[in-house]
Amino acid sequence: MRSARRTRTAAALLAAVTLAPAACGAGGGAGQKLINLYNAPQENLAAIVDRCNDLAAGRYRIVLNTLPRDADGQREQLVRRLAAADPGLDVLGLDVTWTAELAEARWIREWTGEHARQARAGTLAKPLETATWQGKLYAAPYNTNVQLLWYRSDLVQEPPRTWDEMMRVAADLAARGKPHYGEVTGAQYEGLVVWFNSLVASAGGRILNPEGTRVELGPPALKALQVLRDYARSQAADPSLPNTQEDAARLAMEGGRAAFEVNWPFVYASMASNKPDMLPVFKWAPYPGIQGPGASPLGGGNFAVSAYSPNPEESFQAALCLRDPTSQLTAAVKDGLPPTIEAVYDDPAMAEPYPMRQAILDALKTAAPRPRTPTYQNVSTMISAALSPPAAIDPPATLGQLREQIAEALRSQGVLP
Amino acid sequence: MTTGRALTEGQRSERRLGLWLCAPAAFIMLLVTGWPIVYSVLLSLQRYDLRFPADRAWVGLSNYAAVLTNGFWWSALWVTVVITVISVAIELVLGMALAFAMYRALVGRGLVRTVVLIPYGIVTVAAAYGWRYAWTPGTGWLAGMLPEGSAPLTDRVSAIAIIILAEVWKTTPFMALLLMAGMAVVPEELLRAASMDGASRWQRFVRVTLPLMKPAILVALLFRTLDAFRIFDNIYVLTNGSQNTSSVSITAYHNLIGGLNLGIGSTMSVLILISVAIIATLFIVGFGTAAPGSGR
Repeated sequence: MRSARRTRTAAALLAAVTLAPAACGAGGGAGQKLINLYNAPQENLAAIVDRCNDLAAGRYRIVLNTLPRDADGQREQLVRRLAAADPGLDVLGLDVTWTAELAEARWIREWTGEHARQARAGTLAKPLETATWQGKLYAAPYNTNVQLLWYRSDLVQEPPRTWDEMMRVAADLAARGKPHYGEVTGAQYEGLVVWFNSLVASAGGRILNPEGTRVELGPPALKALQVLRDYARSQAADPSLPNTQEDAARLAMEGGRAAFEVNWPFVYASMASNKPDMLPVFKWAPYPGIQGPGASPLGGGNFAVSAYSPNPEESFQAALCLRDPTSQLTAAVKDGLPPTIEAVYDDPAMAEPYPMRQAILDALKTAAPRPRTPTYQNVSTMISAALSPPAAIDPPATLGQLREQIAEALRSQGVLP
Repeated sequence: MTTGRALTEGQRSERRLGLWLCAPAAFIMLLVTGWPIVYSVLLSLQRYDLRFPADRAWVGLSNYAAVLTNGFWWSALWVTVVITVISVAIELVLGMALAFAMYRALVGRGLVRTVVLIPYGIVTVAAAYGWRYAWTPGTGWLAGMLPEGSAPLTDRVSAIAIIILAEVWKTTPFMALLLMAGMAVVPEELLRAASMDGASRWQRFVRVTLPLMKPAILVALLFRTLDAFRIFDNIYVLTNGSQNTSSVSITAYHNLIGGLNLGIGSTMSVLILISVAIIATLFIVGFGTAAPGSGR
């Protein structure tokens, strides 16, 4: 998920809208190939594109097209046009969960040879996995993301390591009349699936087998469901938990309602600009687990090349430039998107905006990728529907329901709500 | 409808010319409405998921079996019926009152009519966003009036109530317009005669105005019921179907566009079309001879 992008201003959209036609008009040079990039709104992507266009020295010119703000809207536009074999798409900015779906439908090209080597070189293992389907590379990782536990050190001395500890700390704070909510993404959407997936992984299980063909769940999932329900009924739960997405969690923290939250690192930059006086007590810790540290949710975005692109060679080159270390540093420092190339984290420019960079790298070692299957959209829809609202979960019954509905979703035969 | 009398040669050729003149329009109508309907029926008989083009196959009625035995579908149908019945009933009563106010307003008639029509002039999606923010805790003025900690859009019953409220607010003016047009055809002399005979204001409304307005009411109800049954935009913005608040159109959309399952999605579209046809038939039959065009 590209939660960080949610905070970007409309300026990015405006810039994209005003720049795109200009770029089209300017692309007059004979033999110059236009590469249409479709990506989620990102404020400084235009600067990255400009740099790559300069480097291309006339071989191609990237035209930036901005997709809708929400992930579902982005996916809808992409798949609708890919299903119609639209040649107007070249480089596609994909959420990490779409790789299998688009690869299986043969809408994106496999990365091979020199391109694949460059995409893999120095790239962190977990993000690379999200760009891979059945052993083949289908995208170049652009940015990654992991959730951390963020807490106020003026309220919580020792950060909780497990969800049980979080509930205990919250009860203790509540008894002392202090802010005690622990914000989580409990609304019926992808964020709830992300939470559940991390809980299952923290309990030592998986939702699907690695091939994405069979439902696993089992006792770890039962444990995860119990934790979900208990947490939603505990004093740590904000009353609007069943309606909370990333941004609401961030706002509750900045507004002083909450003592901690699990969220993506974009909350740090937001705190720095919105509530600088709270920043000194705004600390981070590993994502909580069932027993000991948990497995962080893994997000991010990758660049793929459309199967219907008339200029595949230039598209691969453009995608590689857009995700090279310099581009990733710009995205990281200016737009809050953690890099996928490990060396970028050592850049001195990273120190100030990313004091938590070591925590991100550590979390990336154990992060829990979401299930990989071409029908991920169906699986995710079923899970969020079955788990919502979390306080109403009846662990054994919900588990049975999940097994049945996910199995149907895998065959793409089930009816979506 | 035929009169039984033989037509003269002139009448017959006139009728033939009329048919020829209609033909191009009828042909285009058939092309742009008929073919999509036939195509979606064809799609509904196939297993066809855009992500698995290789698995495409004819499967007979099994998509219908899958949809009609599915809990999500029946939940959506039930939600749709509840929203349709309640919102149209409220709209009829409110719309009638507004129509009366607009028709009988003595002063500032233009102002009254303009003010009443404002909600209808606002784009549904824009209005729905207004409602959504208003009901969201923290940002909303309406949510702010509720007890601390309540988030009405996250609970099924209150979310449906808010959807109905948004629908009623938005489309009551349309109902009022249609009803006002019906009011205008009630002859003033009849009302005056009834009043001479000693009929009270209420009696004149129930015994004279309403029966004469029956065709207009039928049209207004039919339009609104069919519209309400296909409700999409308000739900899409307010809840997008969370907590079992999907209508049939939202469910069809999720399966077609989100799930890329053309087979199941088209099956739902066909079922919606059948439901709409049933509603229309019930209305025409129920109101009997009052149907427009059937004469009285």
